[in-house]
Amino acid sequence: MTDKESKEIQVKQKQELNSPAELTQSGLIFTPNVDIFETDREITLLADLPGVMTENLTIDLRENILTLTGEVSPFEGANEEDILIEYEIGKYHRQFNLSSVIDQSKIDAKLNDGVLRLSLPKVEEATPRKIEIKTG
Amino acid sequence: MIYRKLFNVPTWGLNRPFREFDRLRRQMDELYGALSGGVLPMPSAGVFPLTNVTEDNENYYVRAELPGIKPDELDIQVAAAGISISGERKISAEGNGAKYHRREREAGKFSRLINLPGEVDVNKVEASMENGILKVTIPKSEAAKPRQITVK
Repeated sequence: MTDKESKEIQVKQKQELNSPAELTQSGLIFTPNVDIFETDREITLLADLPGVMTENLTIDLRENILTLTGEVSPFEGANEEDILIEYEIGKYHRQFNLSSVIDQSKIDAKLNDGVLRLSLPKVEEATPRKIEIKTG
Repeated sequence: MIYRKLFNVPTWGLNRPFREFDRLRRQMDELYGALSGGVLPMPSAGVFPLTNVTEDNENYYVRAELPGIKPDELDIQVAAAGISISGERKISAEGNGAKYHRREREAGKFSRLINLPGEVDVNKVEASMENGILKVTIPKSEAAKPRQITVK
């Protein structure tokens, strides 16, 4: 972990979404970078969504499919002319298939500085219980 | 305006027509997929963070996507010729029991220098962070501002 912290960030292009179905709305769609980790009790998802405001973020979970959609409104002023353009802005969209059963009533989402932190607690039955084996 | 266009052409500037062309080229590459051996990236300096620079008559605007970075973790310096943005992105370690399924977000140090095509007023620079997007507004110096020339 220590050597990871001191390294320099490598530049990464935003990934455009490759959708098999054609979308009805035009405009660019990107897949956000995510970290996903799991503990015994919950699955946590962190997603980089720069430019997305709380009211423009939709999180949907149905039939084990988690869908994240974030709208970004264009921020350039009307009179601005481009000098150097290295990234483009567009919507964010990504879907995940969750293998565990999630307790929908306890889902918690926070959006801070363009990073979403989504806690997806597992339902009680799905949390593993250690079974003691008795001898004799 | 014409006066300015003739004499203040940024040498490394990109205009919208080329941007459209680049996008078209990337889409063509995506169509041919494996044959072309990958997708052509946006033209960039290859240094994190990716930066957009725009201008209007009064200011230059430098914008970068820096999700999860607090304003006090950024070091921004402006000189007459350009701007430097540096800092470190920290991703806090999660508890020991956490098993990672995906790890796409990167942490580390970064430092970027951007040249500006004209002179700027160093004393009036403003920077703001909103929803993970850094915006630096750099006023042009009086000498660099375009002036309407009336023909007598």
